Amino acid sequence: MQAQEIEIKGIKNGILIELKDGEWEDQKDALLSHIDDNLAFFKSARIVLDVGDRSLKSPDLSGLRNTLSDRDVKLKAVLSTSLVTERASQDLGLEIKLDESSPEPEKSPINSMLDGDEAIFLHRTLRSGHKVKYQGHIVVLGDVNPGAELIAGGNIIIWGRLRGVAHAGAGGDTSAVVCSLDLSPTQLRISDKISVSPPRKGKPHPEIAFLEDGQVTARDWAAGK
Amino acid sequence: MSAKVITITSGKGGVGKTTATANIGAALATMGQRVACIDADIGLRNLDVVLGLENRIVYDLVDAVEGRCRLSQAMIKDKHIPDLYLIPSAQTRDKTAVSPSDMIRICDELRPDLDWVIVDSPAGIERGFKNAIAPADEVIVITNPEVSAVRDADRIIGIVEAEEKGTPKLLINRLNPEMVKQNNMLSADDVVDLLAIHLLGIVPEDKAVLISTNQGTPIALDNKSLAGQAYQNIARRLMGEEIPLLDLDKGSGFFNRISSVFGSGD
Repeated sequence: MQAQEIEIKGIKNGILIELKDGEWEDQKDALLSHIDDNLAFFKSARIVLDVGDRSLKSPDLSGLRNTLSDRDVKLKAVLSTSLVTERASQDLGLEIKLDESSPEPEKSPINSMLDGDEAIFLHRTLRSGHKVKYQGHIVVLGDVNPGAELIAGGNIIIWGRLRGVAHAGAGGDTSAVVCSLDLSPTQLRISDKISVSPPRKGKPHPEIAFLEDGQVTARDWAAGK
Repeated sequence: MSAKVITITSGKGGVGKTTATANIGAALATMGQRVACIDADIGLRNLDVVLGLENRIVYDLVDAVEGRCRLSQAMIKDKHIPDLYLIPSAQTRDKTAVSPSDMIRICDELRPDLDWVIVDSPAGIERGFKNAIAPADEVIVITNPEVSAVRDADRIIGIVEAEEKGTPKLLINRLNPEMVKQNNMLSADDVVDLLAIHLLGIVPEDKAVLISTNQGTPIALDNKSLAGQAYQNIARRLMGEEIPLLDLDKGSGFFNRISSVFGSGD
């Protein structure tokens, strides 16, 4: 029985559907045929889809979202333990948590006690609307444009221009730093301190920002220090 | 032969998507290409007005999607250029009347008989935008040299990339070289520097565009205006020709050009 492979629960803001293990395409088809069989029930519904640990790319999710929207079903959020899926969802503007309205405590509290080795590496331009949140360090090879947001439990290193918002030490780590080849952020946060950088004078050069006496301070970066 | 589907989008409203659609379509058609322009802005249609075809509409895109007419009945032939067609949007419906898969189906139906299908996207990143980019082989993002428009363009580029439509190409519209010189406007370099995508062309600010839009005659048919030349060059670049960017500093006035000719002769 196909229907039994899909678990459906009513939640506060819509319907929560948990996909069981198995091939994504099979599970997706099972879900769609279940919806087709119960169109009246699903009409205008908002769905939260829990895909478990599947790694799904944007086209998988956007394909499903479009197919669902053809049936007048709105894909509201995708829950997953896979970082790839979470990022794909965010790129498409889908929620990745059950309820965004109540700022619930972080499921995995950002841990400031780092071993110094956990980091996420992004080789791309981060554009307006992109938001990257990671409990370790964030390393970007590319530009971070205005409207993009980086939130790291640890340090943020940008081999490129920082023009968006960067928040290092988001779990309270006051020793976190932000480095960039051109440090011109919309806003810079380290731990719980927030600062706005003055307009740049002269040519951009590599800088490092850190907390000094409770103030966000930026200094020219020089090798060997 | 199979047509290439190009979607023109911007995020922000009022930057010139519809004007660009009409003019790129017209410029391609004057080069002997068979072109259909689709107005995907359902509920706020105006590509028909810009092309001067408003009074010829009998059936629209939604009629074709919902099977009230054959697709060819919704294709309105342009009054100036042979082989330029418009598929108008419906004025009395909204974006939900069409789905992304409808758009893909319509464009696939058009492909065998045409060289280009140009889709005019509505502003925003909602359903209408999703409809417009669904059938696209290539996306052109249009922006003005203005911080808010560039910010929206950046967001749109991110979404188009996430939808795996490839990296879009950039069209900068309404650049005013005088204002750039006085440091009162972002330069084309500033915009390209931030967005970091391929620049397809720059269209200068030109009063003639507004006049032609109101008259329903695309500026691309006017060889004398700089904006018209810019659109013709964009069409030729889409055809694969290597055309250098226009020198906008010369200005569009007749006397300006005369004086620069004399100037270089000295």
